[in-house]
Amino acid sequence: MSAEQEILLDVKDISLSFGGVKAITDVSFNVRKGEVRAIIGPNGAGKTSMLNCINGFYHPQVGTISYKGEVRKAMRPYVAASQGIARTFQNVALFRGMTTLDNIMSGRTLRMKRGFFWQMFRHGPALAEEIEHRKRVEEIIDFLEIQAIRKTPVGRLPYGLQKRVELARALAMEPELLLLDEPMAGMNQEEKEDMSRFILDVNSEFGTTVTLIEHDMGVVMDLSDRVVVLDYGKKIADGTPEEVQNEQTVIDAYLGVPH
Amino acid sequence: MELLHSIFIGPFADMFSDLSFLIQVLWEGFVQGTLYALIALGFVLIFKASGVFNFAQGIMVVFAVLALVGLYEAGVPAWLALILTIGIMGLLAIGIERVVLRPLVNQHDAILLMATIGLARFLSGAGQFIFGGENKAMITEELGLPTGSSEAEIFGGVVFFEHLDIAAVIIAGLLVAALAVFFSKTRIGRALRAVADDHQAALSVGISLNQIWAIVWFAAGIVALVTGIMWGARSDVSFALEIIALKALAVLIIGGFTSIPGAIIAGIIVGLVEKLFEIYWGSLLGGGVEAWFAYIVALIFLLFRPQGLFGEKIIERV
Repeated sequence: MSAEQEILLDVKDISLSFGGVKAITDVSFNVRKGEVRAIIGPNGAGKTSMLNCINGFYHPQVGTISYKGEVRKAMRPYVAASQGIARTFQNVALFRGMTTLDNIMSGRTLRMKRGFFWQMFRHGPALAEEIEHRKRVEEIIDFLEIQAIRKTPVGRLPYGLQKRVELARALAMEPELLLLDEPMAGMNQEEKEDMSRFILDVNSEFGTTVTLIEHDMGVVMDLSDRVVVLDYGKKIADGTPEEVQNEQTVIDAYLGVPH
Repeated sequence: MELLHSIFIGPFADMFSDLSFLIQVLWEGFVQGTLYALIALGFVLIFKASGVFNFAQGIMVVFAVLALVGLYEAGVPAWLALILTIGIMGLLAIGIERVVLRPLVNQHDAILLMATIGLARFLSGAGQFIFGGENKAMITEELGLPTGSSEAEIFGGVVFFEHLDIAAVIIAGLLVAALAVFFSKTRIGRALRAVADDHQAALSVGISLNQIWAIVWFAAGIVALVTGIMWGARSDVSFALEIIALKALAVLIIGGFTSIPGAIIAGIIVGLVEKLFEIYWGSLLGGGVEAWFAYIVALIFLLFRPQGLFGEKIIERV
């Protein structure tokens, strides 16, 4: 990755607190277009809070976040989504009552433009549009190899597949920036390898920029171009996987040091 | 012995000795039940989308018909009054979303519940202030609803079918079918179900909660208007409707708060059962059974099947 690459997301000195609890303190980092960026750190380090700030669930009290060169003010999640930021969640957040297909179709919400009126009758332009989006969704289903569970209500799927459906829903948004919150949590080795392959394929085939939180160091080192390390809401390291791995503060944060 | 006979044998003997009367009772109960189902449907729509039990649903029924009749009395033609009332319910939905729901997003359920009680008081006051508190006659004929009745010979007796009741059942059926198609087959319907399942995930795929809430409250407003027209045509347009609407609470407990089919089936069950009980067992308890019977059934459900007939059983994985 060359340094002069375009910066897609730039987080500058943000702080976030809930009452007296400081979740994030003065953290800055950036994400370059087309890279896979990992955020790691021990439990409670503020990783998920960071993702929540990026896609607009939380609004940092201090600092700025700029996306595609524009500084965003307290933006709402659906605005973030419409600008091309998609995400998955740590605890799978699928629409449990719906089938796999409907879940993924819901990712197309923003791309379907036909108004309320046509929707009411599900006719004319709205129907044509539905078919067109269905085609795109089928491509994603093929890509992630989940054809067999197309019509299964997601509540019945095993955990690993639920995570994959969640990824599919995010991909259906055709995002520029994909935020993955522990995409491999709770998976066995084989499932982890599959998921890693999908993430790399998404990155290389669709050119999607990926920011992920992950605890499995092997996965992080294999997948990511650069890693930022958080501990107690502060940034303690930032660099390539090799650089970060050898940093004393990182080793201390993970193994603990006598104070 | 005599008591047991009058509970377990007498009423059934009465039922089968005059079958045409039984049919009449069942029909009355069915129509009543359809209207309960419609009111319950309004509650379920909002509960599914926002997890709020909307105490104002009953008064929305009253408010909608008051607006309709009030506009007509002010000299607006009936058809135009109907369209304007739909418009008013739309504005009301947008207003509620802006003023009540949006500032309270992410607050505890109890706070939203209290807000809907406040909303109910507000609508009640506004309704009386604008349209007056006295009972009004429904503009049944002006809206083109049929009056009169037909009689049919069934089992050797005569059974009366009010045309209005037949129309009520048909219109309720059409409304439910239209809502079902809308919510299962369209993008907005999918978005609504998404919101019902998981707020955060829905936001992350770019669904605007504000828009969905406004649409859902509008749909509930339309359901309220239709219920109010039908109910008003059977009795009168008055604030007493608000109390009757509370019976939907019992219907919801029986049917399950999150299930649209549950609301419909439970509504019809409540209508049928309370009518049967009133006619055949009511005299044992001195009559007036209809007013409380549904709540007793609901209590029994709460004891033995708290999720209702069709509600989701909430199982937390640990």
